[in-house]
Amino acid sequence: MPTDTVQDAAPQGQTLQTAVTPERLEKISAAAYRIRHHALNMGEVQGQGYVGQALGAADMLATVYGDQLNFRAGDPHWEARDRFLLSTGHYAIGHYAALAEAGIVPVEELETYGSDDSRLPMSGMSTYTPGMEISGGSLGHGLTIAVGMALGLRYQGSSARVFNFLSDGELDEGSTWEAAMGAHHHQLGNLTAMVDINALQADGKTDTVLRTEPVTEKWESFGWYTQRVDGNDVGALLAAFDNAAAQAAAVGRPSVILCDTKVGRGVPLLENREKAHFMRIEENEWQTCREQLTAGYEGKASA
Amino acid sequence: MSTTTEAPDTAAAAKPKLKTSAMIASFADPGQKTSNAPFGHALVKAAQENDKIVGLTADLGKYTDMHIFAQAYPERFFQMGMAEQLLFGAAAGLAETGLVPFASTYSVFAARRAYDFLCLDAAEPNLNVNIVGGLPGLTTGYGPSHQATEDMAIFRGMPNLTIVDPCDSIDIEQAVPQLAASEGPTYLRLLRGNVPTVLDGYGYTFELGKAKVLRGGNDVVFISSGLMTMRALQAAKALAAHNVDVAVVHTPTIKPFDAETVLKEINTDRLAVTLENHSVVGGLFETVASAVVTAGAGKRVVPIGLPDQFLDAGALPTLHERYGLSVDRIVAKVLAELG
Repeated sequence: MPTDTVQDAAPQGQTLQTAVTPERLEKISAAAYRIRHHALNMGEVQGQGYVGQALGAADMLATVYGDQLNFRAGDPHWEARDRFLLSTGHYAIGHYAALAEAGIVPVEELETYGSDDSRLPMSGMSTYTPGMEISGGSLGHGLTIAVGMALGLRYQGSSARVFNFLSDGELDEGSTWEAAMGAHHHQLGNLTAMVDINALQADGKTDTVLRTEPVTEKWESFGWYTQRVDGNDVGALLAAFDNAAAQAAAVGRPSVILCDTKVGRGVPLLENREKAHFMRIEENEWQTCREQLTAGYEGKASA
Repeated sequence: MSTTTEAPDTAAAAKPKLKTSAMIASFADPGQKTSNAPFGHALVKAAQENDKIVGLTADLGKYTDMHIFAQAYPERFFQMGMAEQLLFGAAAGLAETGLVPFASTYSVFAARRAYDFLCLDAAEPNLNVNIVGGLPGLTTGYGPSHQATEDMAIFRGMPNLTIVDPCDSIDIEQAVPQLAASEGPTYLRLLRGNVPTVLDGYGYTFELGKAKVLRGGNDVVFISSGLMTMRALQAAKALAAHNVDVAVVHTPTIKPFDAETVLKEINTDRLAVTLENHSVVGGLFETVASAVVTAGAGKRVVPIGLPDQFLDAGALPTLHERYGLSVDRIVAKVLAELG
């Protein structure tokens, strides 16, 4: 499988011999489709949930789990693994779908999402779920922990990389910028932040809640290797992650990939609905959502 | 001993006013036996035996004795800047990779500013993150911005967290390796600089989670922690001159609390007094009170501690006298209680 070569042959600081081939594109697009499908099924279990965010972030999650991370599905605590830190706890629905896609959580278990005694609580917690590195949910924590992990791994001679998934809402939190300074100060070249910029937070559009733009310039001025891409364009994501991987090093610039995404992506019914942090979906709409998702994916695949 | 002789309010007007800066480095009495930077040296020693130990600070290395470790092990020391959320988030991240971090700042910043990070990133996953908080209680004259008078009250509600309030250099030296060896997160109320050496004459050893009877006495029992154990021992000696026989029980571990030892000492006819360098709200007194009530012992307990107020700025001897932590004030309070 091409992914194995990509994931296993990624020596530190060397330019990867990779290109965004049709095979990689197809593989990751298919994974993103399945992640979206899982998320819709999980959302239906709850009758609601953060489905909009999961659909929006599915391409990012598919890219990082399907193409970038070194991990062993059967051994989530494998010491040499790359770390993926979800600081947006409510994106757990998307993350569980990605963990199922990665083979870390059984697909059948997804239907327990948010139910009593489930390993898959509504807000992601490391103490509940295999493959969940941290307990997110209190926003602005992930990048601070990522800084410590990257320091700790480097100190112990590990070349594992640390990926922190955060949202544009988390850019409101001062701690995110404390960590951004810390990562640059300590030259954590194996740290990659991926920011889901869906321009939406709990009380409304980001630019009406607390303006975070210009985001690119902020990260650049903090000394990070900064890329901004369409976070729903798998080809653009693969290229950006390749660039980040190519310059990853034990000592070097931390890297951020700013991903503009669309809430509800892949399901026109939800893409066009008024955007909400907690999207309401009627009981009879779930099947329509799945059908639209599949039609869109198959239409693209055959085009 | 200076505190018994130099701060009565009646004499204050005639004397030159004490300077806040006079006691910044140490609260030791003049001429008292001290040990310099016991925490820093203990951490270096522990690190020699445990290569997982790392240190970090938020721009207060020199003021929390972490600089001793930083000089000995520069490659194991991480300066996080004046960013306490990052300090403790990163400490949790370091612990996630199997290391044993000791992260230092002032207690006020650890408890008030970074609580959420300690709670969720270190305590909930029960990581071996060791919080080292300088200037606990009333050990600085800088006023409420620096005086952590309610740090234990804040931290006691955090599940999994072990809280240690050491008396002296011996407590600190012996606690550090035990904190490193204990699994979950810990909070050490740091005494820094020239720290008094007090407990060497009592056949004492620090045991995490244990209270120790330092001396027996028939009339009064003191239950104390932190630097107030030093004052308790001094007050016990002073009270002997009044024919009052005082026992002293030192409880350096506030959580988990050694209720068994303390209750055994309290369930007698003696006057029971708690002494703490902390607000009377939420610290040692309420820990003891809750143990007494839970056990169904209808026993009165007299609290000596800081009032539920924002405290004044000024020189420490003045403030300790003003707020009742001085030996004189302890003696007077006990004599009044005994009528």
